[in-house]
Amino acid sequence: MQPLQLSALDLVGAVKRGDLSAVACVEAYLDRIVAVDGRINAFLAVGREPALAQAAKIDVRRKAGKPLGALAGLPVAVKDALCTTDLPTTCASKMLAGYQPPYDADVVARLRRADAVIVGKTNMDEFAMGGSNENSAFGPVHNPWDLNRAPGGSSGGSAACVAADMAPVAIGSDTGGSIRQPAGLCGITGFKPTYGRISRRGLVAFASSLDQIGPMAHSAADCALLMETIAGHDPGDATSLTDPVPAYGQLLGEPLAGLRIGRVAEHFGAGLDPEVARGIESAFDTFRAAGATIHDVELPHARYGIPTYYLIAPCEASSNLARYDGAHYGHRHRAEPGREADQVGQFESPLVEMYCRSRAEGFGPEVKRRVMLGTYALSAGYYEAFYAKALRVRRLIQRDYFEAFAKVDLIAGPVSPTPAFKLGEKTGDPLAMYLVDMYTVGTNLAGIGGISFPCGFTPGGLPIGFQLQGPALAEPLLLRAAHGFQSLTDWHTRRPALSA
Amino acid sequence: MTDTQTPAAKPFTTIIGLEVHVQLQTQTKLFCGCSTTFGSPPNTQVCPTCLGLPGSLPVMNRQAFALALRAALALDCTIAPFTKWDRKNYFYPDLPKGYQISQYDLPFSSAGVLEVVDPKEAVSRRVGIVRVHLEEDAGKSMHDESAGTADSRIDLNRAGTPLCEIVTEPDLRSPQEARAWLNELKLLLVYLGVSDCNMQEGSLRVDANVNLHIPRADGSLAKTPIVEIKNMNSFRSVERALIYEVVRQWEDWQATGAELGSAPKQTRGWDDPAGITRAQRAKEESSDYRYFPEPDLVPVTVSAEQIAAIRAAMGDPPAVLRQALADTWKISAYDSDVLVNQGRDLVAYFEELATLTGDGKVASNWMQQDVLRTLNERGGTVAEFPVRPAAVAEIIGRITRGDFDTSRGREIFATVLETGTSVADAVTGLGITAVGDDELEALCRELLAANPKIVADVQGGKEQAAAGLIGQAKKKNPNVNPGKVRATCLELIRQIG
Repeated sequence: MQPLQLSALDLVGAVKRGDLSAVACVEAYLDRIVAVDGRINAFLAVGREPALAQAAKIDVRRKAGKPLGALAGLPVAVKDALCTTDLPTTCASKMLAGYQPPYDADVVARLRRADAVIVGKTNMDEFAMGGSNENSAFGPVHNPWDLNRAPGGSSGGSAACVAADMAPVAIGSDTGGSIRQPAGLCGITGFKPTYGRISRRGLVAFASSLDQIGPMAHSAADCALLMETIAGHDPGDATSLTDPVPAYGQLLGEPLAGLRIGRVAEHFGAGLDPEVARGIESAFDTFRAAGATIHDVELPHARYGIPTYYLIAPCEASSNLARYDGAHYGHRHRAEPGREADQVGQFESPLVEMYCRSRAEGFGPEVKRRVMLGTYALSAGYYEAFYAKALRVRRLIQRDYFEAFAKVDLIAGPVSPTPAFKLGEKTGDPLAMYLVDMYTVGTNLAGIGGISFPCGFTPGGLPIGFQLQGPALAEPLLLRAAHGFQSLTDWHTRRPALSA
Repeated sequence: MTDTQTPAAKPFTTIIGLEVHVQLQTQTKLFCGCSTTFGSPPNTQVCPTCLGLPGSLPVMNRQAFALALRAALALDCTIAPFTKWDRKNYFYPDLPKGYQISQYDLPFSSAGVLEVVDPKEAVSRRVGIVRVHLEEDAGKSMHDESAGTADSRIDLNRAGTPLCEIVTEPDLRSPQEARAWLNELKLLLVYLGVSDCNMQEGSLRVDANVNLHIPRADGSLAKTPIVEIKNMNSFRSVERALIYEVVRQWEDWQATGAELGSAPKQTRGWDDPAGITRAQRAKEESSDYRYFPEPDLVPVTVSAEQIAAIRAAMGDPPAVLRQALADTWKISAYDSDVLVNQGRDLVAYFEELATLTGDGKVASNWMQQDVLRTLNERGGTVAEFPVRPAAVAEIIGRITRGDFDTSRGREIFATVLETGTSVADAVTGLGITAVGDDELEALCRELLAANPKIVADVQGGKEQAAAGLIGQAKKKNPNVNPGKVRATCLELIRQIG
């Protein structure tokens, strides 16, 4: 049995039946990481020993006839923004290099309880700030479809490791598109659920009102499997939703006929790569052929999404990242020995010097840029003009979606304006980089769900991502629509030609 | 008005507003489950949330919120039906998240009042409360410069403890009044079980804002710059610091004429041993805390039912209790004030004693002259005071019956206090027995025979001379009742005469 070719559903089934040992399953993926990650750089830490030890325990329990969890023996890669007690959590930042959390994130604890096996922590943009994974303090991730290209970000490591079969599934986080965009650029399926559907406890915060954890896998069906374990109320997260968690997997089979899909004209305007546009149009055709109807809808404030997002997210980030001050944990500036206190110079005190130097050394340029943007926008005299106004626009964007969903069940379009771009192509132009999120930030601002999955390839062989957005708590519908599409197409089954 | 402790003939009005931080008496912190016990070894009452570790989230402690509601209701505040949390951003090592979760533009309560009454002068002042809001406390920095390393240590046990900030209107008009108001606030909060208000342990902290309004000859008003005084660790310090500051501002105004607005608001620290305030770093502009709504918490809604339930379970505040005690037990407003100011436990002790004796006045006297005085001398709380109300009532009852006099009663009280015996055993132990009429008459005849001068004086109309006999009688038999000795002696002299 070749574990690398099986879906997560099949892997779990095989382990539960005893057709495949958990150890063999986990080992196959660990070996694959050894074989190919030198070229991809998707992992910041691999927990080979603890993963194999846990897999062995699962096998012992199975042999003893004891019940196994819903994800028995399933290898899972976890974005390095989620706290794990057995592996460091760095957020791909020098600030947290080697930082070992004393607790597991709620999602990690749920995965462990379900007998999933965490194989490693995946690379990302530093503190989840970026759309190319080039902002990692530990080097960029290479797109498995073209190693000279970016995998997207910020969950670039999670997307790339699934695309390259180093893990059957991964956990990502999505603040403005950080699951869906890299999933689109790496040809996998990425799901950002409704805000609050999955606990944020233990997810290192970037922008608290926008952050949402979600599954990344080859298929919507595998995402649904993961959702059943990781979604649900957490009393330790005040923003976590109390609504019961549906059996997502059982709701996948419904036909697409009768589904009303909205199409937003603005999504097809300037900036959209024509090859991507062609892929999206063919996906609409697939939905049409399956009996869905396509309707024009308007999101009049969608064009304010990027400016709104780039005020709210940096404002929250500037506060969320204040705790990294060198005083309690993480990177601290080491004063040169023998230097007198009165040589502190430009700093008002040795404490302030320690703060400033620790943060200057610990944070990368994009994190600093956003902390400065947010600090500025929250300052007295600017708050009303920037942050308060952004909050008002956010409500308008929410209302747009609400009104659109009165007419259609889902809204569909591209996930990203271009296919995977070359490493280094946009690093000199932050604004161009920010625009890669233009189709995804609205979902986060509205607090609703979105899913992206491959709907074709460019002539150059790069995946094209398709995005569906749904109303709050429409997870079953989003998964069902994506699954319906994947039942009719095979884009999600294609693999990059990475020799082992 | 003119301040009595400032130089005479200085016609100005002192304007004082207070900002009080009170730790709420909860078992656990405001946003996590850690204990709030004071005095534990450093950093033993912490968790990822109050340490501000990456990925940690706050969850509101509903009991803390209910307790804060009780405090605000006791201060007659309007409770907001909808309130939210905000982040106050600043860097300090004892603030592990780099921000404090507080309340900015929508505090849970506002517009209250707490009256301060001076029973001696029967003057009452209504002091407005601008707002009461809830926030988390910071940790503590301990600067250890002993080793010459200037290292600071940080204890985060306190970080996240629920804190109510109470801001008054600038309605106080003298340092003495400020102190009296703080006493009343503390009494109220302790009565309601909101806080133990222990300033030594930091569960109550006060900052004061003060300036002077000085009428000029042309009828206009000069206002001195407002100064915020910090670092006062007792109510006495608050009073002393304000007295000092009033004088300092008066002298400064005479010297410089500096008025409000001419310079940024100054913060001065009280140096208690030196008895002066010292200028701290001038605030260049109002500190920019970059407040914004806390996205990790959901807003809180408060229903009328919730408010009613808290009100119903609240118990009487001191002001109501003072009136009630005076009315029920027919004691003076002054006596009632003394008793109520000692706290709820002492009032309960008094009420039990007054019920047992049926005489509020006598009970009040015993409370003040014996129970309270002894408590003050010995220390400790009234709840653990060894002489219980039943014992005091028994002593009072037997004095009333004439078994012994008040001074012997006090001896019995002292014996019960020291040895923990019953009143009956104390009476026996002291050899106190009732003196029979025959025995008393025989004693009096003996005294009259030995004191012809006193007898003569009494016969000459100086009845008060009989007092000399009482002392002698008590020496011969300590159990005699002085009143009876006097009456018997006078009667016998009349018979002789």
